[in-house]
Amino acid sequence: MAYGSNTGLWSWLTTVDHKRIGTLYLFTALTFFMMGGFEAELIRAQLQHPNGRLLGAEVYNQMFTMHGTTMVFLAIMPLSAAFFNFLIPLQIGARDVAFPRLNAFSYWVYLFGGIFMNLSWFVGQAPNGGWFGYAPLTTMAYSPLLNIDFWVLGLQILGVSSLAAAFNFITTIINMRAPGMNLMRMPMFTWMSFVVQFLLVLAFPVITIALVFLQFDRFFGTNFYTIAAGADPLLWQHLFWIFGHPEVYILILPAFGLVSEVLPTFSRKPLFGYPVMVYSGMLIAFLGFGVWAHHMFAVGMGPIADTMFSLATMLIAIPTGVKIFNWIFTMWGGNINFTVSMKFAIALVGLFTIGGISGVMHASPTADLQQTDSYFIVAHFHYVLFGGSMMGIFAGIYYYFPKFSGRMLSEKIGNWHFWLSFVGMNLTFFPMHFSGLAGMPRRIYQYDANQGWDTYNAMSSYGAYLLGFATLFLVYNMLKSWHGGAVAGNDPWGAPSLEWSIPSPPPDYNFAEIPRVSSRYPLWDVKSPELTTDVPHTREGEKRIDVDAAGQHVGGGKAIGNPAGASSGASRPTHVERNHKTAEELGIPMPYPTIKPLFVALFMVTMFSGMLLIHKDKLGLALAVIITSAMLMTGFLYAWLLSPLEPEHH
Amino acid sequence: MFEPAGPQAHLILQLWHLIAWTCAGVFAAILLVLVAILLRTPRAPMPAAPDLSTTDKAEPGPRRSVATAVVASALLLLALVVASVFTDRAVARMSLVDAVNIELTGHQWWWSARYINGPVSDTFTTANEVHIPVGRPVIFTLKADDVIHSIWVPRLAGKKDLIPGRTASLQLRADEPGVYQGRCAEFCGLEHAFMGLQIVADPADRYEAWAAAQRRPASEPADAQALRGRELFLSQSCAMCHAVQGTTAGAQHGPDLTHVAGRRELAAGTLPNTRENLQAWIADPQKHKPGTNMPSTPLSQADLSALVTYLETLK
Ligand code: HEC
Ligand SMILES: [Cu+2]
Ligand SMILES: [Cu+2]
Repeated sequence: MAYGSNTGLWSWLTTVDHKRIGTLYLFTALTFFMMGGFEAELIRAQLQHPNGRLLGAEVYNQMFTMHGTTMVFLAIMPLSAAFFNFLIPLQIGARDVAFPRLNAFSYWVYLFGGIFMNLSWFVGQAPNGGWFGYAPLTTMAYSPLLNIDFWVLGLQILGVSSLAAAFNFITTIINMRAPGMNLMRMPMFTWMSFVVQFLLVLAFPVITIALVFLQFDRFFGTNFYTIAAGADPLLWQHLFWIFGHPEVYILILPAFGLVSEVLPTFSRKPLFGYPVMVYSGMLIAFLGFGVWAHHMFAVGMGPIADTMFSLATMLIAIPTGVKIFNWIFTMWGGNINFTVSMKFAIALVGLFTIGGISGVMHASPTADLQQTDSYFIVAHFHYVLFGGSMMGIFAGIYYYFPKFSGRMLSEKIGNWHFWLSFVGMNLTFFPMHFSGLAGMPRRIYQYDANQGWDTYNAMSSYGAYLLGFATLFLVYNMLKSWHGGAVAGNDPWGAPSLEWSIPSPPPDYNFAEIPRVSSRYPLWDVKSPELTTDVPHTREGEKRIDVDAAGQHVGGGKAIGNPAGASSGASRPTHVERNHKTAEELGIPMPYPTIKPLFVALFMVTMFSGMLLIHKDKLGLALAVIITSAMLMTGFLYAWLLSPLEPEHH
Repeated sequence: MFEPAGPQAHLILQLWHLIAWTCAGVFAAILLVLVAILLRTPRAPMPAAPDLSTTDKAEPGPRRSVATAVVASALLLLALVVASVFTDRAVARMSLVDAVNIELTGHQWWWSARYINGPVSDTFTTANEVHIPVGRPVIFTLKADDVIHSIWVPRLAGKKDLIPGRTASLQLRADEPGVYQGRCAEFCGLEHAFMGLQIVADPADRYEAWAAAQRRPASEPADAQALRGRELFLSQSCAMCHAVQGTTAGAQHGPDLTHVAGRRELAAGTLPNTRENLQAWIADPQKHKPGTNMPSTPLSQADLSALVTYLETLK
């Protein structure tokens, strides 16, 4: 059994194919996104009227904590990861990621970690300390139940997943680019993903340290956060935000990458200022490590520190602004095609700008003292994360669904999804600016009437319901189109990058021949050579193909990377082409499917969860679970490491 | 925040207006360009031939526009930083002559305030309702007893955290008499939503009268029922947590009750302070503020009534 079949549950459990893992990430993350969204609906239902009675204080606190934690760690980050997985190898012309089995491991750790954290609902002790879990509130003295244990352990588990994936993608991007794909020819999504992997590698260890301290405090009686024992009460805040601010860029840069793919394709024009886009992405990431204390102005750090952090924060606005200007000028002078994907991308440009600009408003320490910890902040970061990250991810889903599935999403349903989301998002979050300025703090489960908050809260709640309703259109669209959508063909959008040169969905091995890249826009270059005669590029050994005015192939010839035998005729195929030559026929060594990463991940998570028993006063059982899990984990790890990745090369 | 009643909030509001309008202007400009481009750019059939004429070729027009926009935004940002620093200095420069000194401590989920002006004999403690004189600066020394809290009185000043193991200070002044609603702004656990604080700014004479009354210990109960109430207060668990000056009750685990009847609200903004509410609160605090650190005390109806009668005398 060299390759395994491509259908059936077992094939999904054992897959090491980056595309299938990307698909798993996509659907799992969308499921968690729906859960986080449901939590948000409950929050809004509670706040719709003054003195809401739907949820009590405890459940409400669990709800907003899990809403934030879920959206950040279980929805948006893994949605980005779905695109990293699916796209990075395709965009750089590789056959898989550098470590396919590690990739599977990352996914399973994420899945089990997410399930672990949500199991807390079933014991009624979901995390309740807010997504930034300030110590000392989260220490045993003030949170003696399992709530915070689930959170501390869950986040550490998820950190393992993110770190493993980050190292994997860094290696992939550095080592596995196709010949000619030099760094400055990489598609912008791959570039932004590359930057994000470094952010992950640098930021996650910081939160891990903070979490390990907290875990030791909670389980083993250390005093990292015990103030009576001399701990610094701000230690947690500093560590958390040194991670927390870069985390914002971890959440937003992949979306920036996606719209940087979408905007040029639907403007029929290359990205404006590509090198500047690359450098501003790097600059944002770099500066992102120097601004964390802008979350802490109310602590009172003194005028010097305040001013430095304020300046650094203002500085970040410049590369961010550059990106926005460049997107706008990408459209300028082009030929715009208003697909749903394009609409989401344009919405990102507008809505993210609002979030970015209100960010500038908090960069002033003095003004921030009236804004921080109020609903104004809630408005701000939802414009960044919904108006930015999610709009970008939606743009990416509409754009790449054909490549994922071989089928187009319905534009008609997509338009409903877009317009309802756009209206719902603004109706939900814009009024929050005003309830915040009117004095409404975050994280309160009830409020009295007649403080000038009632109307704004009602509006936000109606907006949230609309937003929830809008999301159903996406789900319906995806389910309906997965089997019934129009057949996409290799390149439905006439896009410039390599992933569009191969069939949709791509064969296991992606590229029958590893493409040779000679420009930043290889497909445009090949399809429209007459337009690029003055662009320096090499075309040794490549046949030119002829295109008509609309960019459709009219002659024979083969697009780069097309598997031998795949059709590239003028007419669109009517069914999804799946009978490509197999990897075996082409003599391409493929990694063996394996279940071992799944078991390593599973036993790692049971090992962590064994810790919970310590707080149930079952030390013996806890030790048994932890030690058994550790042994099984190590066993499967060795089995994994000792088994060959793929057949011998000949 | 939009109706400042003191110099601090006023200065911040001025700065805020400057920043907000600058930002709104910048956003309007970006939006205008975006919309103009969307309206004026031709539509493309699907998929049209890409226009590659700009590849590897300078586009002086847009490049100049982007460069101008970048320089303009950098200058605006710098201006905002400068304005912010100056406001910060102006806020810090408020004259503190003749200031009232108050030590404000955050607890899960209430506030205690100790007035520490003058000799030790002049200090007194109250809770959740802080009176200040109009027109005189007030220096709050901020502490926390358990977890991190944050004080926010939008009409008077920006936020400041109350951090266990540290002291911070917040200076403010109210220039108009009135009741200013404040609350805890940092999530501090279960009942964070009900950690309200009222700052009551009184004209000088009324403030002095109030302070003088606060300094006096509780007066001797006049009637038998109130006396029985005091007995109960001292013999029941109440005295383990609360203080009433002039009696043996001196614990500080809950609000000082020496003048509880004079306060406007109970339990940090949970209930208006009426006889019925006071009775309901003591009978079952967990019902009104689930999770609060005051336990329910089993008392007969008669005892409860006596206890409340006593507390009502603590004006
Ligand atoms: C274990 C300590 C404890 C005991 C015992 C206790 N209390 Fe309390 N009490 C508190 C705390 C803490 C608060 C503040 C609650 C809050 O606002 O969350 C409080 C609040 C109050 C208040 C409201 C004060 C204000 O200014 O808002 C009254 C009145 C009161 N207690 C009366 C009593 C009486 C009467 C008894 C005895 C039957 C009693 N307490 C027993 C801890 C205690
Ligand atoms: Cu930040
Ligand atoms: Cu608080």
